[in-house]
Amino acid sequence: MTLDSKIPSGSLTEKWDKHRFDMKLINPANKRKYSVIVVGTGLAGGSAAASLAELGYQVDAFCYNDSPRRAHSIAAQGGINAAKNYPNDGDSIYRLFYDTIKGGDFRAREANVYRLAQVSNNIIDQCVAQGVPFAREYGGYLDNRSFGGAQVSRTFYARGQTGQQLLLGAYSALMRQVGLGTVKMHARTEMLDLVVIDGHARGIITRDLVTGKIQSWAADAVILATGGYSNVWYLSTNAIACNVTAAYRAYKKGAAFANPCYTQIHPTCIPLSGDHQSKLTLMSESLRNDGRIWVPKKKGDTRLPNEIPEEGRDYYLERKYPSFGNLSPRDISSRSAKEVCDEGRGVGPTGFGVYLDFAESIQRLGKKVIEERYGNLFEMYERITDENPYKVPMRIYPALHYTMGGTWVDYNLMSTIPGLHVLGEANFSDHGANRLGASALMQGLADGYFVIPYTIGNYFATAKQPKVTTDHPEFKKVETEVIDRTKKLLSLKGKRTVANIHKELGKVMWEFCGMARNEAGLKKALSIIPELRDEFWKNAIVVGQGEELNIALERAGRVADFLEFAELLCFDALHRNESCGGHFRVEHQYPDGEAKRDDENYAYVAAWEFTGVGNEPVLHKEPLVFESIHLQTRSYK
Amino acid sequence: MNLTLYVWRQKNAHDKGKMVTYKAQDISPEMSFLEMLDTVNEKLMQNHEEPIAFDHDCREGICGACSLVVNGVPHGPEKATTICQLHMRKFKDGDAIWIEPWRAKAFPVIKDLVTDRSAFDRIIAAGGFTSVRTGGVPDAHAILIPRPDAEKAMDFAACIGCGACVASCKNGSAMLFVAAKISQLAHLPQGQPERKQRALSMVAQMDKEGFGGCTNLYECEAACPKQISVAGIALMNRDYLCANLTVVEENSIG
Repeated sequence: MTLDSKIPSGSLTEKWDKHRFDMKLINPANKRKYSVIVVGTGLAGGSAAASLAELGYQVDAFCYNDSPRRAHSIAAQGGINAAKNYPNDGDSIYRLFYDTIKGGDFRAREANVYRLAQVSNNIIDQCVAQGVPFAREYGGYLDNRSFGGAQVSRTFYARGQTGQQLLLGAYSALMRQVGLGTVKMHARTEMLDLVVIDGHARGIITRDLVTGKIQSWAADAVILATGGYSNVWYLSTNAIACNVTAAYRAYKKGAAFANPCYTQIHPTCIPLSGDHQSKLTLMSESLRNDGRIWVPKKKGDTRLPNEIPEEGRDYYLERKYPSFGNLSPRDISSRSAKEVCDEGRGVGPTGFGVYLDFAESIQRLGKKVIEERYGNLFEMYERITDENPYKVPMRIYPALHYTMGGTWVDYNLMSTIPGLHVLGEANFSDHGANRLGASALMQGLADGYFVIPYTIGNYFATAKQPKVTTDHPEFKKVETEVIDRTKKLLSLKGKRTVANIHKELGKVMWEFCGMARNEAGLKKALSIIPELRDEFWKNAIVVGQGEELNIALERAGRVADFLEFAELLCFDALHRNESCGGHFRVEHQYPDGEAKRDDENYAYVAAWEFTGVGNEPVLHKEPLVFESIHLQTRSYK
Repeated sequence: MNLTLYVWRQKNAHDKGKMVTYKAQDISPEMSFLEMLDTVNEKLMQNHEEPIAFDHDCREGICGACSLVVNGVPHGPEKATTICQLHMRKFKDGDAIWIEPWRAKAFPVIKDLVTDRSAFDRIIAAGGFTSVRTGGVPDAHAILIPRPDAEKAMDFAACIGCGACVASCKNGSAMLFVAAKISQLAHLPQGQPERKQRALSMVAQMDKEGFGGCTNLYECEAACPKQISVAGIALMNRDYLCANLTVVEENSIG
């Protein structure tokens, strides 16, 4: 396996424009001869499927939900970044690029990130044209707000449901194509394996989640837009069904997986309330525009928050990072929260919580303004906790939220398997070791609207693969493997439910591979995970049949994959002997507790090659070369 | 708290189905409704029995997947709350809870509490969009939108496509759902070029799917977890009437 990032030559600001000219095109009349499979219909998948169909390609789109509009992109709350500089406060494409690279702790590929910043403006234009109801100022122009890790207001938003509105824009574009017959949409259909013929991705095997039917699909290229793997930790802000199965299957078939240990813990989520909890709910980072984060100065101060005077409060983010204060990037804010709670100054029934206080803003701006900005978020909080954030401070705590790691892709978003392209959160490319707020939405749409429609044509024109149909023996072979695995899962009649085992995996991962990792802990995790995996295959319970809707079987397949993937993740975390972004190794920190990078030895992308379940994967390094940026210690003080 | 649940079980689309009684024991008031159902399902699976199948995903009230009728009300007793957002502190020890799927001819039951809502996707495919290709659009600021219009559009765009409106309506009407999308785009300049055809096409598809007609009961607005207003239905009716009266060219939308 060789990694060739295919970064175009030339100056950073010209690479993408030059590449678009250099890439081969497919004649408009010939596009209909090519077929594409798109797995996942979130922002990246939906926009890709719609755009490719508009261009004339034959598209088959798949999602496991009952409708493409239910993808978890829908839950993103706060906003989407773009370098429009409408507020005239100093933004530019270069600054957005710089903030993103720095926010990623200098572990992202420079050229990809610059392109992301470059097309960010086109994304806003596209969404507005679709009728996405962004917030407007009184003159009729778009409103902006700030987000973590930036000192400019570059975030466009639609109340507290920007993800929902952007996804509905892409979904509308997708459904228009479905109505025109250019996209065949297969909902309630889950991809269970990838089919590779002569080294190229030529199709997938799916299970119909209603009938249980296992089916083959052939195409000239396959796109995975299947999201992130936060659910390895069982508790995360992801939807319940989010999983790593599609990307993991691709990994097993030869698609290198990059930097799995770069996982993001979001600082503002509603704290855990009990063992029954099935997920953690995100409170948008945008709240940090107007909320102030604090804990009592004294350990064991159990007074009600409104009884603690200013002198008794430690606004620790404002104290530690004066220039960014409450808008410090997520990894830094999360670790700071953990620090104060570990010191015994945490709040709430479990002691694992910090306050996000709006009292001062409500007094300064009035309740009505706060209601307009965050109304639905405040309601959401009250429903879950039964506390009123207009009267008492919100309680928040960090939680798994996003995964910067993902399938390795080159500049064309193609993996190490020719023909297999990976978009959105499912790939590794743009966020380095830490993602800034409001940039996930940006990346998903950049990949789907403005990158893959160009690069996939180049693949078709240069790969020149013969047509295949599902009669090819490789399809039958992989179908059989999928059927056998499904049978094996259904044969599990042990004593522990799948959720129970998943929960245990989550606890192991949170304890040993969470916010603060160390060598001993990671090694411990690596010894526990294989045992837990064995326990699953010996003792799990999977009830019901295969030829019907079977929620137990669905979950079992996803957790079985988590139990293998978790090992890769911990292995990557163990090998990376430095701290950067969301990967914090306690052995590598500065005296003040900040992450200590080792640029001399670790300024590379760790792309792992599968060698067998339970076997050590093979490391391939893509060195990160920065032509434009100077590596520096990432400081937000 | 301990509760008695009466849950609709239906093996598949052809099975007649029936209500089955379950005991939910040691339920914490902090649990969400779906976490309570998870607890019941865990016990069922430990006894090697089939769990109750229900749609869900985000569990934070935004994806629209969850779709349970609880004690006769879609999404349960709390206003502007999806069933996944309902917490058990709204119930008390000893309560009996009836749990059913969305009931509508246009939403056939697939299994237990899971229904087929693909009719909604087909309605959107018929016209719930602006016909714009990727790329080649003007700068975002070239389109000025008065703030009140933007706010109104956002109010209607908040629809999560769950189908509670259909489930609550005696006629099984989808008017509120269709009206939400039509009204969102009707309040925006981007929606104007196709406004008439959109009303005709989406209503035609809605009728084709077998949803009932609207008799102004307003149950939909009461049940809607996102508080979509029936004012949207009035707007949609006006657009539909106007479109029918005005000569519209033989162009299919899109």
